[in-house]
Amino acid sequence: MTLSTTAKRLLAAVTFGVLALIYLPLLVVVANSVNSNESMTWPPDHLTFEWWQRAWHSAGARDALLTSLEVGAVATGIALVLGTLLAMALQRYSFFGKNTVNLLVILPIALPGVVTGIALNNGFRGILGIDLTLWTIVIAHATFCIVTVFNNVQARLRRMGTSLEEASADLGAGVFTTFRLVTLPQLRSALLAGGMLAFALSFDEIIVTTFTAGDGATTLPIWILNNMFRPNQAPVVNVVAVVLIVFSIIPVWLAQRLSSDVDAVR
Amino acid sequence: MSHVADPSPVLDKAPAPALRGPAARPVSRLLHRRVWLRLTLLLSAPLAWMILVYVVALAALLITSLWSVDSLSSEIDRTWTLDNFRTLWESDVYRRVTIRTVSVALAVTVIDVAIALPIAFYMAKVASPRARRMLVVAVLTPLWASYLVKVFAWRIVLSEGGLADWSGIGSPGYGLTAVIITQSYIWLPYVILPIFAALERVPDSLLEAAGDLGAPSPMVLRSIVLPLLVPGIVAGAIFSFSLTLGDYITVNIVGGANQMLGNLVFVNAGAANNLPLAAAIAMIPIVVMLVMLTAIRRTGALENI
Repeated sequence: MTLSTTAKRLLAAVTFGVLALIYLPLLVVVANSVNSNESMTWPPDHLTFEWWQRAWHSAGARDALLTSLEVGAVATGIALVLGTLLAMALQRYSFFGKNTVNLLVILPIALPGVVTGIALNNGFRGILGIDLTLWTIVIAHATFCIVTVFNNVQARLRRMGTSLEEASADLGAGVFTTFRLVTLPQLRSALLAGGMLAFALSFDEIIVTTFTAGDGATTLPIWILNNMFRPNQAPVVNVVAVVLIVFSIIPVWLAQRLSSDVDAVR
Repeated sequence: MSHVADPSPVLDKAPAPALRGPAARPVSRLLHRRVWLRLTLLLSAPLAWMILVYVVALAALLITSLWSVDSLSSEIDRTWTLDNFRTLWESDVYRRVTIRTVSVALAVTVIDVAIALPIAFYMAKVASPRARRMLVVAVLTPLWASYLVKVFAWRIVLSEGGLADWSGIGSPGYGLTAVIITQSYIWLPYVILPIFAALERVPDSLLEAAGDLGAPSPMVLRSIVLPLLVPGIVAGAIFSFSLTLGDYITVNIVGGANQMLGNLVFVNAGAANNLPLAAAIAMIPIVVMLVMLTAIRRTGALENI
């Protein structure tokens, strides 16, 4: 099949046009962070760094950021352990109900967010009768983060094969020694990628979070949501948004580095 | 960890190799010999977590939807009743909100697939390898940008006196159109990526062969490329549909006074303090997803994802 030059140009135009549209709203947010007009009308009339200063001194934003980092770190830790165990079980053994377990891992992220949210909310409050706290958020996040670690580790295990582990066992290494010295080093970048995804997922999650957050538990997304509608806080939210946009480049860059490492090994 | 991939009973009962290592470590030796023990140890923690936290919660959700709330004490009354579902069926509000939510999800899915197809095709089959890598990064980067930041960005763009107004295109204002635009925007990368992955697996030689045999480009696209893309499209469609169905934050931020199913769930779980009704409403998106997945399964596209 040979596409005509016109068709190719048209496809290119659509692609780059849509990409421009994808970045445009984000650029507007960046520009508005220095817009002196509080109601953020376009175009910005004067340049100001007042909002950046206020954001820097905003205790609410800083506390929320710390809370989010804390929740993300603990949830990622749990997901790393549970996801790796599951991936090893499902990739290396065959057993009854394997497909069901596979489905079970995907379910928290495949079902619409409100379903997972209300199920956990009802489970905690209605059934167990416990109050929502920061820890209920952590449990909820860990539950839907398992799948990202699981996917990454499973894909890696499939590619690794079993020959190195068999060689290790044949040479007399025990089960744990083999895991520590042979399996784990090969899993390292998969764990990093899966953990990074899990952390990003937790850091950004808002729907399930609103259903599982206790009164005092304000993660950064909840803080943004609460302050977005307050006219005098909206510009500060805008600055936080810019910071988040800048931070979001880091994982992409890291992922590129990681995948080029893998290519080099291959 | 030998012969783990397919543990046969014969190998299983064979004595561990008599080497100095394992003999000195009884636990390791036991694990080495007993496949089921290794499996149990691997599975018990994650399975316990998933079942205790999630399966039980889902089951409890179904049970709670069959309970009711005592109107006087506002305590949950644990006697079986179908009242909640009767309310959902008879009340006009729930029907309208359900139709609205499903329509928005369908619109977002159709728009995203329509936009994603040409972009994924350009990335996979037209662009040079160098440009392809850059395009993948360009599509991936906004995926990592915070969800709320993206909704907030559209709130500003569509606001009164915002960029859309200024540009002369005009803003639709906060409402369902704004919700569809914002949701399509947010979930677009989730649709592009699986379609792109499916396209990358279509060998160029296949397209060339079809061309050499005289098929015009539209025919190649329709009878060769499209059928091979179905799994990718289905995967992308499931993502965008399910994600839109379960979203209620976007409609809060750019939807004006409109409500989606999620809003009703949230209000009933929180302010209205009627968990049973909230649980019953949450059954609607579950049923919608099940219907959709069953319909897709009929076409046989699910096996290839």
